[in-house]
Amino acid sequence: MLVFIIKKLLNAALVMLAVSFLAFLIFQLAGDPVDMMSTEQSTQADRDALRERLGLNDNFFVQYLRFVANAAQGNFGISYRNGQEVLGLIAERFPATMELVIVATILSLLIGLPLGVLTAIKRGTWYSEALQFGSIIGVSLPSFVVGILLILVFSVTLGLLPAFGRGDVVQLGWWSTGFLTQSGLTALILPSISLSLYQVTLIMRLVRAEMLEVMRSDYVKFARARGIPRHRIYFRHALRNCLMPVVTLTAMNIGTLIAFALITETVFQWPGMGMLFIQAVTFIDIPVMAAYLCIVAFIFVLLNTMVDISYAMIDPRLRNAK
Amino acid sequence: MLDAGQPCLEVRNLVVEFPNRHGTLTALNDVSLTIQPGEILGVVGESGAGKSMTGAAILGLLERPGHIAGGEILLTGRRIDSLGDREMEQVRGREIGAIFQDPLTSLNPLFTVGAQLSETIRQHGQGITRAQTRARAIELLREVGIPGPAERIDHYPHQFSGGMRQRVVIALALAANPRLIIADEPTTALDVSIQAQITGLLRRLCKDHGTAVMLVTHDMGVIAETADRVAVMYAGRVVEVGPVEQVLKTPAHPYTRGLMASIPALGARVEKLHQIDGSMPRLNAIPVGCAFNPRCKSAGPRCYRERPDLVPSSAGEAACWLYEGGVE
Repeated sequence: MLVFIIKKLLNAALVMLAVSFLAFLIFQLAGDPVDMMSTEQSTQADRDALRERLGLNDNFFVQYLRFVANAAQGNFGISYRNGQEVLGLIAERFPATMELVIVATILSLLIGLPLGVLTAIKRGTWYSEALQFGSIIGVSLPSFVVGILLILVFSVTLGLLPAFGRGDVVQLGWWSTGFLTQSGLTALILPSISLSLYQVTLIMRLVRAEMLEVMRSDYVKFARARGIPRHRIYFRHALRNCLMPVVTLTAMNIGTLIAFALITETVFQWPGMGMLFIQAVTFIDIPVMAAYLCIVAFIFVLLNTMVDISYAMIDPRLRNAK
Repeated sequence: MLDAGQPCLEVRNLVVEFPNRHGTLTALNDVSLTIQPGEILGVVGESGAGKSMTGAAILGLLERPGHIAGGEILLTGRRIDSLGDREMEQVRGREIGAIFQDPLTSLNPLFTVGAQLSETIRQHGQGITRAQTRARAIELLREVGIPGPAERIDHYPHQFSGGMRQRVVIALALAANPRLIIADEPTTALDVSIQAQITGLLRRLCKDHGTAVMLVTHDMGVIAETADRVAVMYAGRVVEVGPVEQVLKTPAHPYTRGLMASIPALGARVEKLHQIDGSMPRLNAIPVGCAFNPRCKSAGPRCYRERPDLVPSSAGEAACWLYEGGVE
């Protein structure tokens, strides 16, 4: 088990190294930062000094090593746009995105899992078929359309929920949370529904397909033949065997959600990392883009590693896998 | 206890149908069987003859849209074919145990064998404590010949070999001391050397516990070694039934004769293996009269008109006009 974990961690480190290389390449390909940072009044001497200060006279490899070393310590340099520490900028926006993503993930599991089980075990009933049909809509509607529709119905027409922003937040150390105020919580409702709708339908369809598959398996038949009651077979024997792909999908999708939150954040003017990234793109703020890339990749890799390790906890056969 | 002569299992004129788009397929047509307490009844036939289907129907585990369309199933005199799902859960495991073909897939890979045994024991025993359950589980594992049961109980199915897993499956089937075990091809997926061990174990355990067994297999060797009586099925019907030595030595039905002749004798070198010409009809194309008539060398005009029923024959009972007034 320990060897397994160490192996997975080494894998993760390698992937991060590759990603950081790509992030570093952005700097190389996006033109000369000295041109972007200096004004029209700067002299050649100023420019040379800046070039020296940024370490751009060193060779490519040394620069890359410095970038990795700095990034590993959380130092992604200074934003070209407003001269602030990039890490500080991201840390400020990170809680907003994470809270949105966490709520959306919990929603998708809380709704998607039971619906998936229900549509599988009640296959052929009208409500199961209706849910199955409805899920196609959920899968095929783009999230910005869902967001705009939600705003139209609940904010504009009914006036029940706020259409944009995060509401009031409470500062817990460096983490700002919207969970503790009523306006923060109501502000979360529409964006998290809009972000999770696709996930709900995805998880529902996945669980349904897996359940149907598992219900046909010999061990389910054998459990029935042993007189184990249906509900126990559904929720103990069958569901647990379906969890593997659900865990994978959910964890991988947290990464996707963070990336896709970009759209939802734009629709709802949610002050998260996605908004920050969009702004960075418009201003060609390379350090912010590179840092965003590294951090999102880091979250992906972290989740993947956790998925691999959780596999071993769900499935005993993988525990001793070499 | 049971009164003398009360059969453990009685299947009367069982009909199982599968409705589909093109009409209704009759998978089992008028199947009747009896098994006495403690008796091992072998059920043989080609794939698709309805042997496993009969087992599934008795367990109430027919796959939809298959359903029982006629006849009745009595377990020690009590009708079980008309029971609801809840009541059948009380019957399955507790009164009828089951063993399936593939031990590699019969056990849930995510639970230890102990967890699966305990689950079954607790399901069928009220007010039994955790410690008693565990003790009983270890006892069962010991009984089916698993070495070091106290340790093995906490192992997962993938840590057992195929033969050992089938022993665990047998322990699970026996967990609640059922009156009847339906063993569907219990040795087919195993190595020949393991097969003999498993059939031997099954036979010994059932004699010890007085459990009756319906042993479904296509392997005549397994039947010969294990069964007391044998029922031969063909195209959804029982065509011959009788004590195992007689049916194997002096089969009465032309199909059984063909079946026996196709088993090559050990050591005898033959130029060409015997086979029954043709193949079993599909369920949607069962001929009028006797279903075996296209392949039967003794068939006469009557065999193409009327369906024979089981009548006394040289080896018990056979469904053939040869034993009831001739084929003309």
